[in-house]
Amino acid sequence: MVELVLFVVFAAAALFGAVTMVWARNPVYSAMGLMLSMFSVAVFYVSNGAHFIAAVQVIIYAGAVMTLFLFVIMLIGVDKAETRTENLPLQRPAALGLIALFGAGVVVAGRSAWVTGRTVSPGSPIDGSIEEVGGELFNNWLLPFEITALLLIIAAAGAIALAFFRDDEEGDA
Amino acid sequence: MSLIDYLPIAIMFGIAVGFAVASLVLSRLIGPKNPTPEKLEPYECGIVPLQDPVQRFPVKFYLVAMLFVIFDIEIVFLFAWAVRFHDLGWYGVGAVGVFTLLLIETLVYVWKRGALDWNIAHRRRRVVDRQLREAA
Amino acid sequence: MTSLLETLFTTPLWSGLIKAIAVFSLLMLTALVLVWFERRVVAFMQNRIGPNRAGPFGILQTLADGLKLMFKEGIRPRKVEVGMYLAAPIAAMIPAFLIFMVVPIGAPIHIGDATVTLQGADLNVGLLVVLAKSSLAVYSIVLAGWASGSKYPLLGGVRATAQMISYEAAMGLALVPVVVLASAQLAGGDVGLGTMSFATIVELQQGSFRGPIPGWFVFWLLPSFVIFFTAAVAETNRAPFDLVEAESEIVGGYHTEYSGFRFAMFFLAEYINMFNVCAIAVTLFLGGWLGPGADLPYVGWAVPIFWFLVKTYALLFLLVWIRATLPRFRYDQLMSLGWKRLIPISLVWLVLFALVRAWQSFGAPWS
Repeated sequence: MVELVLFVVFAAAALFGAVTMVWARNPVYSAMGLMLSMFSVAVFYVSNGAHFIAAVQVIIYAGAVMTLFLFVIMLIGVDKAETRTENLPLQRPAALGLIALFGAGVVVAGRSAWVTGRTVSPGSPIDGSIEEVGGELFNNWLLPFEITALLLIIAAAGAIALAFFRDDEEGDA
Repeated sequence: MSLIDYLPIAIMFGIAVGFAVASLVLSRLIGPKNPTPEKLEPYECGIVPLQDPVQRFPVKFYLVAMLFVIFDIEIVFLFAWAVRFHDLGWYGVGAVGVFTLLLIETLVYVWKRGALDWNIAHRRRRVVDRQLREAA
Repeated sequence: MTSLLETLFTTPLWSGLIKAIAVFSLLMLTALVLVWFERRVVAFMQNRIGPNRAGPFGILQTLADGLKLMFKEGIRPRKVEVGMYLAAPIAAMIPAFLIFMVVPIGAPIHIGDATVTLQGADLNVGLLVVLAKSSLAVYSIVLAGWASGSKYPLLGGVRATAQMISYEAAMGLALVPVVVLASAQLAGGDVGLGTMSFATIVELQQGSFRGPIPGWFVFWLLPSFVIFFTAAVAETNRAPFDLVEAESEIVGGYHTEYSGFRFAMFFLAEYINMFNVCAIAVTLFLGGWLGPGADLPYVGWAVPIFWFLVKTYALLFLLVWIRATLPRFRYDQLMSLGWKRLIPISLVWLVLFALVRAWQSFGAPWS
C-alpha cells in the first residue's frame, strides 16, 4: 500500500520533472526538472530496499552530475536565447519515429517476462544494504570495479583536453 | 530496515516545508509593502547598475565540477569496500590499493597539467619558465 | 500513564511525529542560542560586550532580531526569476533540518517494555546521508545566486558551489577511514544496521583506547578528524572560508538581494548547519553521547544528552574561535588547500591507515 502511494506520487513527480526538462525554455529550469526526476528515482530505490543505490543516486546524480550541468550552463551563458532553427533535417519526423519505437518497446517489454530472466518474488524485501553491495562488488565483480578507475582517468584526461587546448596555451581563465 | 524507518524523515520534511512556507507567508502578510522603482533595482553599492551580470564563467569551474564527479564516484566505491574491510581482509586492501593508486595518479595528472592552479600568475610563470628553458 | 507513553513511542506514526517535532524544536532553539553565543564569544574575544539587552545576558537577542525581520519588507527586485528566487530559501532550510534526523543525541531510553532510540532514523547508509545532504545544500545557494539577476549574488553562488564541492570530496575521503575502523572494531560481530549507521559507530566507541583514554575514534583517526572539521567549516561557508559572502568584494554574496524573512531563512539554515556538522563530528569522532554518569538514578537518561550537547558546544566554540582568529582566504588559496592539500593528504592517510589496520587485524600479508 505504502509502496503503491509512493510509486504513484513519485512517478508523477519524475514524469513532471522529465517533461519540464524538455519543455523549459530556460536551461536552469531544465536542470531543476532533471534533478526532480533523479530524486524521484532515488525514492523508488528506497522503496525497493536498495538503500545504498538510493544514496548513490542522490550523491552522484542529484549532487555531482547536476552541479556539473549547472556549471556547463553557466559556462555557455545562461540567458542566451535558444535558437529555433534546426540544423538536422527531418529532425521532427525522426523524433516521432523514435517515440513510436520506444512506445512499442515499452509495450513489448511490459507484456513479456523474458527481459532479465531473473525472478524476484514479490513481497520479499531485497537486501540492498551497502554491505551486500560491497561484498558482491569485491567478490564477483572485481575486474569491472578496477576498470571503472581507468574509465575515470580517461574522464579526467578528457575534461582537461576540453578545457585546455594546448599545454603552453593560456587557459580560458 | 524498512520503509517505516524513513517515516520520521518524511514527517520532518513536511514540518520543515510547512514552517518555511508558513513563515514566509506570515512575513508577507504583516510586513510593509511599498516598492519604489529604485528599491527594485539590483544592488550596486548605491549607484544605478550599469551592466548586467556576467553570464559566462571561466572554464575552470567546469573542470572542478568534472573532477568532483570523478572523485565522488571513487569515494562511493571506497565506502562499499570500507564496510566490508574486516571480512575482505588483505584481498580487499589489495583491490582497493590498486584502485586508490589509479585515483592518486588521476590527481597527479590533473595537478601537473595545471588544472588545480587557480592563480593564473602561477600558471603563466610556469609556462614562461619552460619557454626560457627551451630557449636556453 | 506508562501504557499511554508506551503506545505513543511504539506506534511508528506517533513516535515519528514526536521525534520530528522534538528535533525541530531542538534545532530552532539551538539556532536562537547559537547566534547569541557566537556574537557574545566574538565580542569578548574582541574586547567588546556584545548583545546584552534583550533578556538575561541578551540571550533573547536572536528572537528579537528574528521577529524584527518578520515585520520587515520583503523586497523582491525587478530582475529576479520569481519561482527559483522564492524557492531558494526554502531549499536552504530543508536539508539543514533533515540532516540532524540521523544523529543520535542520547542513549536509548526504556519506557515500560519499549526501547526508544533518541535518534530520528537510524539508517543503514547513515554516513552517506551526510554527503547526500551537502550535495543538495549546494542547490539553494546556486539558485539564489542565479535567480537574483544581479552580479554579486551570481559571483557568490558560483564561488560557493565550486568551494562546497571541492571540500565535499575531501570530507568524503576523510570519512572512509571512520568506516574502515568501525568495520575492524566490529570484527565481523553482530552488524545490526551495519557499520555506517550512526548508532553503531557510537556504540563502537565505548571501551578505551589506551588505559584511561576513552575509545573515541579521534584517537585513532586524528588526521581524519582534522580534515573532516576543516572541510566542515568550508562546507558551512564559515570564516575563514566565507568567500561566498565576502563583504569586502562581493557584498553579501548569494543573499545580497534577499531581505526580510527570506534572508532570515538563509541565516537560520547557516546556523543550523553549523550545529549539524559539529554534532556529526562529535558523533563520529568524539564518542557521541558517551560519557560518565549514565547510570545515575532519575537523571541517568538525561546525562548522555548533556554530554552530547557539551561536546557539540565545545566544537562550536572552536568554530567561533577560528572565525575570530583567522583572516579570510583568497580564492586560489582556498582551492589549493582543498585540492592540493586536503585531498592528497586524506588519500595517503587512507592508504596508510588501511595498511596498518589490516596488519593489526590480519597479520602480515605473506603469513
